[in-house]
Amino acid sequence: MKIIVSIKEVPVRDSQLRIASDGRWIEDGDLGYEMNEPDAYALEEALQLKEKHGGEVIALCAGPAGAARTIREALAKGADRALHIEDEQISSWGTLGLAQLLAKAVAPEKPDLILTGLQSDDLGYGQTGVVLAELLGFPHATIIMAAEVLDGRIRVKRELESGWFQNIEMPLPAVLTIQSGINKLRYATLMGIKKAKTKELKRLEVADLGVAPSPTATIERLYLPRKTKQTQLIEGSAKQAAAQLVEKLRFEVRVI
Amino acid sequence: MSESVLVIMEQRAGAWNRMSLETLAAGQKLAAELGHSVAAAVPGRGVAALASELALKKLDCVYAVDHELLADYTADGYTAALDQLIRKVQPSLVLFPHTYQVRDLAPKLATRFHQALISDVIGIRAEGGPVFVRQLFQGKLNADVRPGGPAPYFVSIQAGAFNADNVASGTAPLETFTPELTASVIRQRPEEPFRESTGAVDLTTAEIIVSVGRGIKEKDNIPIVAELAQALGGELAATRPVCDSGWLPIERQVGSSGQTVAPKVYIAVGISGAIQHLLGMKGSKTIVAINKDANAPIFEVADYGIVGDLFEVVPAMVEEVKSCTVLQR
Ligand SMILES: Cc1cc2nc3c(=O)[nH]c(=O)nc-3n(C[C@H](O)[C@H](O)[C@H](O)COP(=O)(O)OP(=O)(O)OC[C@H]3O[C@@H](n4cnc5c(N)ncnc54)[C@H](O)[C@@H]3O)c2cc1C
Ligand SMILES: Nc1ncnc2c1ncn2[C@@H]1O[C@H](COP(=O)(O)O)[C@@H](O)[C@H]1O
Repeated sequence: MKIIVSIKEVPVRDSQLRIASDGRWIEDGDLGYEMNEPDAYALEEALQLKEKHGGEVIALCAGPAGAARTIREALAKGADRALHIEDEQISSWGTLGLAQLLAKAVAPEKPDLILTGLQSDDLGYGQTGVVLAELLGFPHATIIMAAEVLDGRIRVKRELESGWFQNIEMPLPAVLTIQSGINKLRYATLMGIKKAKTKELKRLEVADLGVAPSPTATIERLYLPRKTKQTQLIEGSAKQAAAQLVEKLRFEVRVI
Repeated sequence: MSESVLVIMEQRAGAWNRMSLETLAAGQKLAAELGHSVAAAVPGRGVAALASELALKKLDCVYAVDHELLADYTADGYTAALDQLIRKVQPSLVLFPHTYQVRDLAPKLATRFHQALISDVIGIRAEGGPVFVRQLFQGKLNADVRPGGPAPYFVSIQAGAFNADNVASGTAPLETFTPELTASVIRQRPEEPFRESTGAVDLTTAEIIVSVGRGIKEKDNIPIVAELAQALGGELAATRPVCDSGWLPIERQVGSSGQTVAPKVYIAVGISGAIQHLLGMKGSKTIVAINKDANAPIFEVADYGIVGDLFEVVPAMVEEVKSCTVLQR
């Protein structure tokens, strides 16, 4: 079975974000980047399905030239080859434009299954996979916590709110958006890292994909959220702050 | 055609999802500010009773989108039905609650109108047209987003952003809309929802909860916070990534996919405060946050905060608590 995993590169967690001077995006020159967390789980799921059913895993990423690092990581973990839609301003495409680009890259591959993360840690739209499914005419299911391939079909466990789940079955080809925690992530081995250098990483030019950007919404301003509560910030050394906090828990909150 | 807002309500087995009432409040407010009319729709099978309830709200029209094939939610069935409704009603804005079902459905629906969903909205302003506020970077930044391209615009509203008590009453005409659906358009076969065997841990009755996030770095460090929970006589809880990594069992997860708690005091240690976590604990009477990042969103809901290294602060707290409980004895 042929599985495509869509992978996004996002600023590393705990990055100190600064708003750019135009107030519309972040200062991203000096940030470190890593694989979007749910995408790492999607990749792992694809690798496990391949180990069980045979076939091929193809990593797909739209992003700047630098995203090749993250793509190599996917190859090192076991993806067979990769497609890189190279564009320095990928976030300016908007969800619909981006999904159109991904759909153009995916279509000639005729995959059996496409896995995406359920949400990106930066933009957090939570919808690229679903839009991609609609553009390709594939059925989909979101927030997936287990997947089992049957004969020409797939049965998945979908997460609902507050600890509820539901199994859903649908025909292949299909798109699933994968939730973090679906499996246990593997690390790339030294051997894997070495092999990754020889694997195919195909660059696709945006111009060749025949998609015109159609941003449906624009970010007008980016800013720090306003506090909804008055927080009493406790200052001082760790020891002093801890002592003061415990005092407050005792005499103001009265739980000790 | 006058401009209008259409609110798509969510129900299961004849009961509202509370978030849809919040979205109704948002829809009424937005319509008033923009001078639009406002309608609401409830899709499902046998939704007449719920639709009649809606007809007692201040709305210009209520649609009962009723069909045998909408008995169980499926992305294909609900998309087809709402696609037809929207083409008939021709609203300029379609509002949804940002539920898991809407995540599954609304992006597909929006694509059919050459639009993308403006998801997870926490605020709305009318400034020469609507401007929507949504979070980026896991709640670290907010963005003002203005829709563009051809209407209708699709928007989903985050839990807790609007108050369901503000829904205005009135009387509205009720219309039944029967979409044209055939079983063959629905590719998903849903089974009965189920719960995983609930573990022994019931966090909902705890008075004190010490909750740990990824700031703890690794499993071997868990005892540092466990000791604080124990010293305080409280329960230990965690964020999703901590449970995903197997550092603590899933029964201790707090948040939209875990337990919802409201203890006397919730001490968040090394937790960033992503919305899905906040949804599970923001009803706590007192919230304490210990985080090394002064801009972490958890401080937006905290009553007390220490900006510092948990590995220094927490052990110091344990000592303090121990010494004062000794004094008390
Ligand atoms: C559909 C869906 C459902 C979800 N359900 C849930 C859910 O039920 N529950 C849940 O929790 N999450 C849930 N999530 C995940 C959620 O979005 C966040 O990813 C998660 O809550 C983040 O967990 P965290 O705060 O532990 O980790 P991070 O976001 O990585 O935060 C770690 C924090 O630790 C701080 N830190 C690091 N080192 C130190 C130190 N030495 N001292 C002090 N502070 C330090 C950092 O500054 C940072 O703020 C869900 C996500 C989705 C998309
Ligand atoms: N630029 C991109 N390249 C590849 N995949 C992407 C890209 N952006 C988003 N995705 C995929 O879509 C998922 C959801 O992203 P989003 O809709 O932005 O929340 C991510 O987890 C990725 O799997």
